[in-house]
Order: sequence, then C-alpha cells, then structure tokens
Amino acid sequence: MGRYVVRRLLQMIPVFIGATLLIFLMVNVMGDPVAGLCGDRECDPATAARLRHEFGLDQPVWQQYVTYMGNLFTGDFGTAFNGQPVTELMGTAFPVTIRLTIIAILFEIVVGIVLGVVTGLRRGRPVDTGVLLLTLVVISVPTFVTGLLLQLLLGVKWGWIDPAVSSEAPFRELIVPGLVLASVSLAYVTRLTRTSIAENRRSDYVRTAIAKGLPRHRVISRHLLRNSLIPVVTFIGTDIGALMGGAIVTERIFNIHGVGYQLYQGILRQNTQTVVGFVTVLVLVFLVANLLVDLLYAVLDPRIRYA
Amino acid sequence: MRGATHAKRAVCAVMVALAATACGGGGGSGQDTSAVLSSSWGDPQNPLEPANTNEVQGGKVLDMIFRGLKKYDPETGEAQNMLAERIETSDSRNFTVTVKDGWTFSNGEKVTAQSFVDAWNYGASLRNNQRNAYFFAYIEGYDKTHPESGEQSADTLSGLKVTGPLTFTVELSQKFSTFPDTLGYPAFAPLPRAFFDDHDAWLKKPIGNGPYMVDNYTRGSQMSLRKWEEYPGPDKARNGGVDLKVYTDNNTAYTDLMAGNLDLVDDVPAAQLKNVENDLGDRYINTPAGIIQTLAFPFYDEDWNKPGSEKVRKGLSMAIDREQITDTIFQQTRTPATDWTSPVLGEDGGYKAGLCGEACEYKPDEAKQLIKDGGGLPGGQVKITYNADTGSHKQWVDAVCNSINNALDNQRACVGNPVGTFADFRNQITDRKMSGPFRAGWQMDYPLIQNFLQPLYYTNASSNDGKWSNEEFDDLVDRANAETDTAKAIGLFQQAEEVLRDEMGAIPLWYQNGSAGYSDRLSNVELNPFSVPVYNEIKVG
Repeated sequence: MGRYVVRRLLQMIPVFIGATLLIFLMVNVMGDPVAGLCGDRECDPATAARLRHEFGLDQPVWQQYVTYMGNLFTGDFGTAFNGQPVTELMGTAFPVTIRLTIIAILFEIVVGIVLGVVTGLRRGRPVDTGVLLLTLVVISVPTFVTGLLLQLLLGVKWGWIDPAVSSEAPFRELIVPGLVLASVSLAYVTRLTRTSIAENRRSDYVRTAIAKGLPRHRVISRHLLRNSLIPVVTFIGTDIGALMGGAIVTERIFNIHGVGYQLYQGILRQNTQTVVGFVTVLVLVFLVANLLVDLLYAVLDPRIRYA
Repeated sequence: MRGATHAKRAVCAVMVALAATACGGGGGSGQDTSAVLSSSWGDPQNPLEPANTNEVQGGKVLDMIFRGLKKYDPETGEAQNMLAERIETSDSRNFTVTVKDGWTFSNGEKVTAQSFVDAWNYGASLRNNQRNAYFFAYIEGYDKTHPESGEQSADTLSGLKVTGPLTFTVELSQKFSTFPDTLGYPAFAPLPRAFFDDHDAWLKKPIGNGPYMVDNYTRGSQMSLRKWEEYPGPDKARNGGVDLKVYTDNNTAYTDLMAGNLDLVDDVPAAQLKNVENDLGDRYINTPAGIIQTLAFPFYDEDWNKPGSEKVRKGLSMAIDREQITDTIFQQTRTPATDWTSPVLGEDGGYKAGLCGEACEYKPDEAKQLIKDGGGLPGGQVKITYNADTGSHKQWVDAVCNSINNALDNQRACVGNPVGTFADFRNQITDRKMSGPFRAGWQMDYPLIQNFLQPLYYTNASSNDGKWSNEEFDDLVDRANAETDTAKAIGLFQQAEEVLRDEMGAIPLWYQNGSAGYSDRLSNVELNPFSVPVYNEIKVG
C-alpha cells in the first residue's frame, strides 16, 4: 500500500511538469500582455519595457518557465498585474471555491446516491421514470440557464435568497450556487448509481444476504450499495477537479469571487502568473483526488489490493 | 465658486421635480447623512495609485478620496479651482501655482506645495512604472526622469520648483495654454508622506484628501469608503459612505439592484437596456459622457494610404447608418457622431455638431460612387477588427458591416474580425498588424477639445493607433496650444479637426452615454462627464 502511494506520487511529477509547461506555452502564445495594461492607448515604450522586465517577460519562454518553476518550489507564485502576489489571490479564492465544491459534492453524494438507490430498487416504476426524465432535463439544459433561472425566481421574484453572493461567501449563501454547479453531475451520479444498483441487485451475494435473513436496510447499505458505489466514487472523485476548475459560469452568475473568477480575469488580462498559478494548483487537486479515489477502492472492495 | 452654485441650482431643480422636496438648508427632510449606500464596482486593473490608474474603476475611487488643484464640474465639465488658490502665467509656459491654505490629508498631514511636487515627481519617474507617466511629459525635465530608453538621469523634474510652503512653479517644455485645465485629472493629485514612507501599507489602505476615507479594502471584492467628517472642501459628502462591491458580471449587479440588495449600478448591461425603463422608471440615468467611438485605419498599410483612399474612407463612413444602429442595438444610449469630440465639451468647449458634414450622413448611393472613385476597397473587402471579450462590440461591428454591405450591394464587402482578448487586440495594434479599419474608442482624460484631438491624431501621439500623420493638422494643434486666448485656441483646434475631416483620418461613429440605475433609497444621483456617479452628492433615505 505504502509503495503504491509512493509510486503514484512519483508519477505525478511528469504529469505536473507537462501540464504546467503546456499552460505556460498556451498563455505565452497569446502575445505580450503589457499591451493591454495601458487601456486604449499605447504604453510608453520605457514603462512598457520596465513592466516587461518586472514580470520577467523580456526573457525567452523556456527561461521564464525555468525561473517560474524554480520560484514555485519556494512557494512564490509571482505577482498579478494589479501588484498583488498570486498566493494572496489564491488565499482568497480557493477557500470560497472549496466551500462551493464541498456543497456541490455533498449534493451529489446525498441527493444523487439516494435518488439512484431509490430508482435502482424500483426500476420501471413511476418514481424511476419520473427521476429519469428529470435527470434528462437537467443534463440537457446548460448550467447558465439553470443558474440564471434560479437566480431570477429565487432571488428576484420570490426573494428567498440573495441573487449575488457576498464577498465573505458563507456556506448558506452558497447552497443554491452549489446546487446549480452540481446539477449536471448530480444527474449523472443518479443514473450511474441506478444502473449499478439495478445490476448488482440480482447478483449472488445479494441473494445470499437476503437468504441469510438479514434485514433489508442492511442488505442494501452493506452489501448492495458498497459494491455498487465503485463507479460512482470514481466519477465523484474526478468531478472534484472538474467542479473547481469549471465553476467559471456559476461563479460569474452568482458573483462568487472564487477560482473561476480569478482564472477568468487572468485570461482576459493575459496574466500568465495568475493563470499558470491557479491551474497548477488545480492540476494538483485533480491528481490528489484521483489518488484518493484509487485508494478508496480498497476500502469499498477488499479484493482490490495495492502491492 | 460660481459653477458650484450653478450645479446646486440645477440639482435643486431636479430634486423639486422628482421628489417635491424643499431645497434649503438640507438634511431636514428625513435624509440620513450618515447612511451608507452600496454601489457596483469592477476590480481595478493596476495598483491603485493616482499616476498608475488609467481605467474607470480605479479612477472612481481616486475621485472619491482625492481632490486636486482643479476639479471638473459634474454638470458642465468646466475645470474649476479646488485646491488651487490661483494658477498664473504670462507666457503659457511658466506657471505659478498657489495652493489654498487649510487643506489636510485625512491623516492630518497638511497639503502643501511639496505634496504636489513630490507626487508629480513620483509619477514622472521611470523607476516607479507609473502607467500614466506621460501626463507629466509637458513638464520640463521629463526626458531626464523618463527617457524613452535607457536609465533615467534625474529623479526629479527640473521644471518643478517649490517656492514657498504653498507655492510652486511649473515650467513646461513647450507652450500649452490649457495646461491648468488638465490638472483636474487624478494623476495630478497630491500625495501624503505616508505614500512614500510605507508604500505597501498605503496601497492596502490609501490615504487621500477627498471627501471620503478608505475604511476597509479587501482587494478584488470590496472597498468601504466612509465620509471624512473634517473634510475641508466645499463638496462634503451628503451620505455616510459608499460600499463599492466588485461584481463579476454587470448583469449580476443589475439583478442585485432589482432584488433590492444594491443601491447603485453605474453600468447598465446591454442586455437589460430594453427593460430598464420599465424596471426603474426615472431611476434610470442616460446622460452623455466624454466617450466617442471611432473606426481607425492602418495608415502604415500602403493600401489605406495612397492617393484617393480618403474617398474610400469617406465612402465607408457614408455607408454606415448610424441612426439605425444607435436606435436598435444601443437603445439610444449612443448618439450618432457628427464631429470628432463629444457633446460634453459644450459649444464653448469646442464641440461642434455637424462639423463632419455629409461625410457622416447615411448616403448609400454616394458612398458607393466615392468608393469606386477612390479605387475600390483594398483587396475587395474590409475587415473590421475588434476585441470580442468585453463590451458588445460584436453586435455593432456586425451591424456596421451589414450597413456597408447593403449600401454597396455586396454581401462580402465587409466582415467583422474578432480578436479574443483586449490584450491581444492591443498587441496587434502596437505591432502594426491591422490590415483594415479597427475599433478605436476614446474616453477623455479631461474635458478639453485638445484631449480629443492631440493624443489621437497628432503625429506619433500616444493613442494615434492608426499612425495618421498630417503636417497641417500638427501645425494647427501646435498653434492652438500656444494660443493664450481660449476662444481662439478652440477655433484653431476646430480648424485642425476640419483637416482631419477632409482626410477622414478616422470615421466617427457615435458618442457614448453613461448609464446608471439606482434604488428608491437614493436621490440626487448624477453622472459626471466621465460617466462616474457624483458620489458625494448622493442622498440616502
């Protein structure tokens, strides 16, 4: 187990380097960001040159990358164009997005799995058909439509929530945005769980468990659900990274100053330091989440062993 | 302060009309002068320093926490003395500035002549990377503190001399008669010692000398400004403070206004313009701002700079149906342009309606003929380049192209050419990569006709993106700047503008309005000519 984890951690290094290099190159291809810093007028050449030097943009790209990676190991993510260290931006953005992601994941786990189990056990019944239809609608409607609609109805028409999240972004204000963010994945989780449950319901070990006379809730939670959860856990695990990085639309609609917002600003202003810094962290989150998912397999199914 | 009473009178008239409240001593009619209002904001792009701020969002804050030598009247745009007791000159080149006594920064430090000279030296010094350094370019010695390349050979401007606690002299490198009127721009604001002593701390919580103080600033999300009770100026805040909230999207800000969580939105999103009058009624403001949109041409490209191409450019201008586009796409938040300045200057300031003449009128048949006479469109097609990330540029560019195509009976005559980001768009402009007309918006720095012409069309000027160059134009601008009589100076600027017209150096499209909407808690809301709300005049409750 320990060796497996070490091996996996070592594998992360090339992935990490490759990913950051790619992003670095992509942002750099877009051209000189200093041109956009002076608004609708040309920066005077002397100031532009100094700014370029300050941000290290006057060096060849490979050298910029090496310097950047070197600084990264000392925890220095560089400076955003507004003079703020990128770590400071991260310090404000990540907690907000993590809260939002937690809510979204909770929705996926609680609502998604419960609906999945219920429909999986009652296949073909009205409940099942109803939920299937509902998830189909959720999957086919884009997030920004769901978001704007809920914002308009709950926020403006009925006044149940504030349409915009305040800058502190406490949990209770993030519930609706979290639901919107989770909606599509939620539908997938429901469908995955449903199929998995329905499949395993007829398996031998479930029949044995029922034959032993175990109570129904125990059969379902201990035997049926535990085995059916493996694909679901995989999905949710990979979804953590996707949710954090993909929150741009939701964060924009509900005015959440999280990772999506900072990334959006960074891309608009062609701020290499911001974009690469945030994406680097997101890549790490993705990798760690994947590792955790793999380790969880062993918990769910003891037959899976890591040598 | 003749202008101030003027403004007050106008404000009173509005108040009476709207709320039928008496206009007297003020504060008596249930208005709470300690109540705080909330307003939408965007994250400033650059560090918040007077000489480093070149966009509206940062400028908004500077306008609240700083007062300079001059201030532009929120109604007329006229530059009036604020901290300046007087600014004297006999030759339009050497100015003696006397600062009013009794002004302090909000930390108690006195505002002296030194506060100005230090701030200006800081702004002009290359070492400080100030994006607005060029504002000091007219001052003698700028080329030493801010050379075009290489190291600076001086730290201070030789043209600035402190001659007394409250007096200093400014020597310019050339004659510039309207120089005093430029001093209302935030870049010329005075700075306290705290700015130089602990710069980082100052940036975290700026200290100025305006009617508001920064109470709390969380970068990227909110700035809380509170009324400075001891503010010595005549334009004290009529409310307790302003909370500026950063919005990721102006649509969300508008939604928040509708839901009653926000008091003021100073940028009504294009998508809401159709509903805004229904939603807000007379709490919607749509007033002219000092912004003009134009189409510039790449004069460095042979195809656009050969004999006869002025006919092509004029023809394109006449093929654009400005009326229709401003009506349908902009819901009348733009006005078709008929000169190269802005109505906010007023007749006396140099705005001249109709100066462009028939070249700015929609005449499809003549347009077609002119373009034919001029040798046709270069390459048979024009591509209008714009940045697609902000504003609703795509919509109007498509509409302009549509109008040109219809006028020329050729559905392939004009196409839009979107560029992903503003930074990339600016890149292509500075690298001279434009192959056809491109979007060129201009928001004035100060309400002077000079500011609408010189930075944009003078040879090699800072914002002359199309690199248009004309000796006659340059000569007239020089003469206008040297002219001490304002009326004569403006006349010369207008002559220069006529040269610009005859050559069609850029196609004027429309004047842009500032738009704002506010909640029923507020009254006395106005936008100044820079389309920024006049915060200190807003009453709450």
